[in-house]
Amino acid sequence: MRGHPGHWAFLVHRVSGVLLALFLPGHFVALGAALEGEAAMDAFLAWTDRPLVKFGEWGIVLLLSAHLAGGLRILALEFLPWREGHKTMAALAAGVSLAVSLAFALALTR
Amino acid sequence: MTQLRVRVWRGGADGGFQPFAVPRQASQTVLDAVTYIQRVLDPTLAYRFACRVGMCGSCAMTVNGVARWTCRTHVDKVARDGRLEIAPLRSLPVVRDLVTEMRGFFDKWSRAEGVFRGARSRRDAFERVAPRSAQRLNVEAGIECIGCAVCYASCDVVAQNPEYLGPAALNRAWTLLNDVRDVAQAERLRAVAGDAGCHACHSQMGCTERCPKGIAPTASIAGLKRAAMRALLAGEL
Repeated sequence: MRGHPGHWAFLVHRVSGVLLALFLPGHFVALGAALEGEAAMDAFLAWTDRPLVKFGEWGIVLLLSAHLAGGLRILALEFLPWREGHKTMAALAAGVSLAVSLAFALALTR
Repeated sequence: MTQLRVRVWRGGADGGFQPFAVPRQASQTVLDAVTYIQRVLDPTLAYRFACRVGMCGSCAMTVNGVARWTCRTHVDKVARDGRLEIAPLRSLPVVRDLVTEMRGFFDKWSRAEGVFRGARSRRDAFERVAPRSAQRLNVEAGIECIGCAVCYASCDVVAQNPEYLGPAALNRAWTLLNDVRDVAQAERLRAVAGDAGCHACHSQMGCTERCPKGIAPTASIAGLKRAAMRALLAGEL
């Protein structure tokens, strides 16, 4: 059964999880550059100043906030006493994650 | 008189859609349209119904891609540009045309210990159950299930994992788990806590979205997950 808020929330949670898992090795490689000396790390940091990489960073923050908010929604749904209004919860999770990512985008432009 | 253009599934799993023209009526239900086809246009059409008033749970079909009880679904609500596409329920073997094999669906109710097991005989006094007790309210929320399998056909986990007990069977197990008269709770919890049980649910809520009786099987399954977790922590599972 597709095309209702519960299914969209499920898809966003799954897809963001998979994409974050793909990002993680890249993150470790970047951190590993620090072990190879100051120059390697600085070169990497200079590369991250490119606009396209900044846009990618924004995307990662969006994925992280969406996955966190979606995860909290699922935990509330499954572990707290049942309440109506789960579509509102899904909308709230989407709103919070968008707000967090926009705040990050704002910080990037300053 | 305007015509409704209805495409109906014919044959078994490898069948196809056959077009029919059905006269449009006021307050017409999808079941009315199917019945018109069978009575007037093609008596060989196979489909199920009994009560026509939303009680028996036998007339569920896939209408324009969505599982619905056809007797209480008005054509006004679901027809798109005067068109209906009617198919058998998803995730159940097709017997013929709109009739599905329900055996697997109900076998899962048994596998989920969806049978009341009491200890009292008719010579004992009635059990006293407080109507507003938390357990009785849990039962109340799920007990009106008519076994139509709309939730089962709307569940993506059922579609991907044929072993999964499904929302209806788990909802039944949950109403019995909250029945203070029942004496087989440990067996029931074991039956629903396996790989194909409550923990396989991804809380996509397709069942809750589509249940024609307004039941939230997702709530029942979440209750089972919590009960199974508590039993596990207490060393009872």
